[in-house]
Amino acid sequence: MLALDKNPPSIREFRENKKDEFLRSLARDNAQLLLNEIWKLPTERVDEVIVAKLPEPTTRLPREKPPPKPRPPTKWEEFAKLKGIQKKKKTNLMWDDVHKEWKRRWGYKRAKDDTKEWLLEVPETADPNEDQFAKRNKAKKERVAKNELNRLRNIARAQKIKVPGIGLAPTGQQSKSELEKAVHVAKLSTASVGKFQDRLPKEKAPRNTGKKRKFQPLIGDFSTEKQKQLDILKIMDGKKPRLDINKAVNKQMREEDMESDSKKKALPAVSSRAKTRAILHLWAGGALRKARSSGLLAGTQRLRSQRGGEEGLFLALGPGASLPLVRDPAHGSPSLLHRILSKPRRTCQCQGATNGAFQPD
Amino acid sequence: MRPLTEDETKTMFEKLSKYIGENIKLLVDRPDGTYCFRLHNDRVYYVSEKILKLATNISRDKLVSVGTCFGKFTKTQKFRLHITALDFLAPYAKFKVWVKPGAEQSFLYGNHVMKSGLGRITENTAQYQGVVVYSMADVPLGFGVAAKTTQECRRVDPMSIVVFHQADIGEFIRSEDTLT
Repeated sequence: MLALDKNPPSIREFRENKKDEFLRSLARDNAQLLLNEIWKLPTERVDEVIVAKLPEPTTRLPREKPPPKPRPPTKWEEFAKLKGIQKKKKTNLMWDDVHKEWKRRWGYKRAKDDTKEWLLEVPETADPNEDQFAKRNKAKKERVAKNELNRLRNIARAQKIKVPGIGLAPTGQQSKSELEKAVHVAKLSTASVGKFQDRLPKEKAPRNTGKKRKFQPLIGDFSTEKQKQLDILKIMDGKKPRLDINKAVNKQMREEDMESDSKKKALPAVSSRAKTRAILHLWAGGALRKARSSGLLAGTQRLRSQRGGEEGLFLALGPGASLPLVRDPAHGSPSLLHRILSKPRRTCQCQGATNGAFQPD
Repeated sequence: MRPLTEDETKTMFEKLSKYIGENIKLLVDRPDGTYCFRLHNDRVYYVSEKILKLATNISRDKLVSVGTCFGKFTKTQKFRLHITALDFLAPYAKFKVWVKPGAEQSFLYGNHVMKSGLGRITENTAQYQGVVVYSMADVPLGFGVAAKTTQECRRVDPMSIVVFHQADIGEFIRSEDTLT
């Protein structure tokens, strides 16, 4: 049993009087009211005890979800409200004079069913060859379609979607994908389903045409797979031009560089002729004195070969065509003394360039 | 896991040929057994037939890696080489770059190779040619793209970039969780 006192307790009295007393009196009054209500119920005597028969217990729960919103009025409902048109309830059944019985007003087995007529009168204005039955069927179908369209428009209006017009009106600005789709459809709309349609040079194949990708089996014929890959490689090789222009130009540039380098080397050698001559004396023991210019050339060649030996270590490791990047000193002089003098300076430069932070003072 | 389609094979071979040229043939047609390329999770794996057959026992979602990962296809169907492919690029590389010992660490931390760190370079390297980067002791360190031709390399100043970094063996540690 549960009794609820919905009246709010007066806060003023609660504060003024003694709080316990106030609460006790309130509880007593409420208990009295509850007992009064119980005494109003039918009672009976069971073993000399008066027992009240309580009503069936009910608990009214609040609903879980808010009540649904009323359906937005359709276009007709709006119009009817505006004009003050009210719905008139018609009886479901009506008397059919032909069959002499009560029949439904509409629907299956309705009274005055005009689809069941076996004969139709051709109106005077109509074309005598026109099939009146077909015309009626078509009219019915159109009415159904129109009703369906109106229903959809009502739904669209209720959800505040743009109400679609009738038919496929062209949009003002078609997007790229829409245009692509249109082109694709137009291409397929030939007698041969687009089999002989030309493609534009950079036109992509349409995507999502419903064709599924098919892959080769994971473990299939390995030899054919290899052969296919080799064929691809062959085609790729064939596509490469025989003459790589970049490479050719580079080669030409390199040759020119070599030429200018050798010219540079030759020029200062003449100026430091005395030193070179001394070395040549040491080397050839004066045998080459007679042909000074030619001997000079031979000397430079020998020097070069010496340098090659020094770097042959790397050459042996790398491919044949690799170029030592450590260049000759800018002077390009073939003199040995100069070379020896400039060597420590060169290493210093390298250190500075690579790891300046750790360079000792 | 599945074999590559023809288009995928072509894109991958085109990328590989930038580094090893026509030596791809040696990868496809090996005398020591049948090796093939397989696609799994957009990644291309170079697997021997034997291991491939063993790998079929493992379901697709549980299989992390099989064979050697060569790289992966991006969402736009381009192919990116991974550093794991270096083992097969290095022996067949057509164009090589050697870096000086001082610049090795910088390259291994993912930086480009400067002229100052350039030890040697293969002659006739064209611009944007794929190159394999070696240390002076001929240890392959990674690969990249030549930013300058060999000719230009001689003239540029020491701080200009000579090789663009693409992958280096430092990635084995740096991106350990994404390399498979």
